[in-house]
Amino acid sequence: MNRRELLGRISLGAGGLLLGGCDKLNADPTFRKILTGAEQLHLNAQRLVAGGLAREYRPDQMSPLFRTNGNTQPGSSDYAAHAASNFASWRLAVDGLVARPLNLSLHDLGAFPQRAQITRHDCVEGWSAIGKWQGAVLGDVLKAAGLSDRAKYIVFHCADDSNGAPYYESIDLYDAFHPQTILAMLMNNQRLSIGHGAPIRLRAERHLGYKHAKFVMRIEARDRIDNLYQGKGGYWEDSADYAWYAGI
Amino acid sequence: MASVAADQDAKAPMVASGPVAGDVVKRHRLSTRLWHWTTVVTLAVMMMSGLMIFNAHPRLYWGQYGANADHAWLEIGSTQHTGFVSVGPLRVETTGVLGRWTAKDGSQQTTAFPGWITIPSGYSLADARIWHLAFAWLLALNLTIYMALSLWNRHFKRDLAISRDEARPGHVWQDVKDHARLRLPTGAAALKYNVLQKLAYSAVLFGLLPLMILTGLTLSPAMDSGWGWLLDIFGGRQSARSIHFITMLVLIGFFVVHIAMVLLAGPINELRSMLSGYYKLPGKVAEPAAEEVPQ
Repeated sequence: MNRRELLGRISLGAGGLLLGGCDKLNADPTFRKILTGAEQLHLNAQRLVAGGLAREYRPDQMSPLFRTNGNTQPGSSDYAAHAASNFASWRLAVDGLVARPLNLSLHDLGAFPQRAQITRHDCVEGWSAIGKWQGAVLGDVLKAAGLSDRAKYIVFHCADDSNGAPYYESIDLYDAFHPQTILAMLMNNQRLSIGHGAPIRLRAERHLGYKHAKFVMRIEARDRIDNLYQGKGGYWEDSADYAWYAGI
Repeated sequence: MASVAADQDAKAPMVASGPVAGDVVKRHRLSTRLWHWTTVVTLAVMMMSGLMIFNAHPRLYWGQYGANADHAWLEIGSTQHTGFVSVGPLRVETTGVLGRWTAKDGSQQTTAFPGWITIPSGYSLADARIWHLAFAWLLALNLTIYMALSLWNRHFKRDLAISRDEARPGHVWQDVKDHARLRLPTGAAALKYNVLQKLAYSAVLFGLLPLMILTGLTLSPAMDSGWGWLLDIFGGRQSARSIHFITMLVLIGFFVVHIAMVLLAGPINELRSMLSGYYKLPGKVAEPAAEEVPQ
């Protein structure tokens, strides 16, 4: 073996060790805990600077085609019945730590002051699409329900599921009361299509796409989320260890 | 010949007439060595986890938005039997390497970058993000501390600043020619970074790494809501994603040239200088180090 071969073998071996080592570290609970500790750093650091509004775009900057993603058709017969009747008898429950639990029809939601915004949707996968969203401001709905002082999180329970695990998401009050956090009923001036989350979809504009829960059926105010489902605050957080804080 | 040693400190053994070929001298101070090796690890992890993140959507766009229906300037994809990379109108078949490759267990995989170069090796966007975003802090903090220290101990001024003489086109051209002929400096001259080295290291420190961090931050919707200027300077989130990827490729280019130069300059001596700090001046011992190469 000459020197070049030796060097080649050493670097191959080192590469193999590095890779195998990384996969081992990736599976190591302690190491993962250290890495995932950065999530809290992201939240704290970004909230120092990210207090403003997400960029709002001009109509001519919108995506010609806004693709759908995730579940595009909830499987329950309940949802199918709502869809068939154009969500006429659908009601959004607002409950949990609130003084006055609400049951809101689309008409009721339409009676709240409406906010329209052309914003960018950033999927965790890397693509972006710009669309126009309109609906009631979540903060107004929560105020109408009389949010308790004990509430720390707002949970969105959805009509869709993946292999029986229901989709849900949660945000804290910092995002819940952001002026651009709306319950979108309209997308690009039309009623939300089923693929995009009819009848309403959360818009949490400072977060990646998976926080923007579609097919929202129930909004629950809670003091904690670690005792809900798998305890990580959302479907993707529970099922694949995606970060709860999705600002980056 | 100038006796100003790169990264030299008081401990460097000095003779009255300055160090000559064969002398072992202190070359890199601790902060530089620590920065170097932590950056090697950090950038390797960030590149490998970044390639896995790219695998989640192996298409790049220019502008504010970009998704499957929009025009991608770069795509790594697969057909039924081949893998390919397309850049603009160009399409190159990359079966076995990119787009379609065979995993260790013999199975055919169709993610863009193969498992041997990604973290983790099996597809997981969530896990790659955990690595990438944690190490991003390490890179940014490390760069900040190193920059502060190097301003403080005058490493930048002494070793990276380009003098008026060095900036002369004639000098730069001479350096280019010397590199092209693989004519590396010997003796005390080897202690000073030459102008191409200075340019390369400065480009990485003050150009590529800050660009990597800023384009990375532009990908964050929360950062964009606070620092909207990020979207303006890069021309949109998808442009920032493209620049992030291109900058990664340029850094790999730097790495390749850097390793080539280390191998040419004497890998053992160079490695030792970056590990222990001590460097043996290259060239023939007991001959004047300042020997001029005939033009």
